[in-house]
Amino acid sequence: MKKLVLILPALNEAQVIGKVLKKIKKKVKALPVKTEVIVVNDGSSDKTAQIVKQQQIKVLTHKINRGLGASLGTGLAYAKLIKADFAITMDSDGQHDPKDIIKVLTPILEKKADVVIGSRMLYSSNLMPIIRKFFNFISNLITLILFRIRTTDSLSGFRGFSKKAIQKIQIKTDRMEVSNELFLQIKKHQLKYSEAPIKVIYTDYSIQKGQKPSNAFAIVFKLLLRLFR
Amino acid sequence: MNFLPIQIILSLFLIFASSRVILRLKDGALAFKDFIFWFSVFVLAIIGVIKPELTTLAAATLGIGRGTDAVIYASILLLFYLIFRTNILIENLKHDLTKLVRDLALKDDRRVKKEK
Repeated sequence: MKKLVLILPALNEAQVIGKVLKKIKKKVKALPVKTEVIVVNDGSSDKTAQIVKQQQIKVLTHKINRGLGASLGTGLAYAKLIKADFAITMDSDGQHDPKDIIKVLTPILEKKADVVIGSRMLYSSNLMPIIRKFFNFISNLITLILFRIRTTDSLSGFRGFSKKAIQKIQIKTDRMEVSNELFLQIKKHQLKYSEAPIKVIYTDYSIQKGQKPSNAFAIVFKLLLRLFR
Repeated sequence: MNFLPIQIILSLFLIFASSRVILRLKDGALAFKDFIFWFSVFVLAIIGVIKPELTTLAAATLGIGRGTDAVIYASILLLFYLIFRTNILIENLKHDLTKLVRDLALKDDRRVKKEK
């Protein structure tokens, strides 16, 4: 049976991660692949790691906080190490619905894509706050200009990767700019790209934990530095 | 040849800076290409301070009015470039740090597996 690694980057998510993992564990049982859920604990100062361990789920701990990009890189490095056939990344704050895992996985299972982004914009009743929609639009535009890839949701944290993508992608950015860098990797390695509609569950907690619009300029600056490095 | 007080102060500072560059090369803290770059910068600056008319000549060749303006433009460009290089250096260091943290996380996982 083929192996899927489900990667959840987490920073101080003790408040919600237990509940999120319970929901995920239920859903992955129905998947047509053998699934290992892993949490990349990015230097959390709360009880995130302990809560995850209590649920018999693997935790890879960063001794110090290195950011979202670094956590995804660690998750993908683990998937590469265990020769996983697929990897999916999801947010650990509960904003992604585990029911959508199959939607992101299907195009890869059917060999129609190497990288699938779960797009919030393609979901029929998209409740994304307007300010987020605006910054997502700017980010999509930057992705189009820099990497010539058309996307509806470049900032989505719900992503699927094929074995080829796991082997080829080498994330170099450490923080939020990873979302855009992934498109550079898709282009560089000529990976097949696709999108799947996903639902987002907005709660006060997930909005507070999510990316701040004010970070947008820092993200663009860092991305440019990365390109010129 | 009479020098203005500012020329003497600037020259002394630039000579001091050049001596630091030589010392850093000797103790191995500076690569040879970096030594050439910094030493050239300071020597050119000393020449500019002692013979300001040369900067006016260079400015006229470039189509800039005064020598002082040419020096300021060049300095700003150089500073911008150096800040950019420093940013890239910091980014590279951060990236190396991430690699280290990642390797430790994966190594810890292998250790835990072995202990089981």
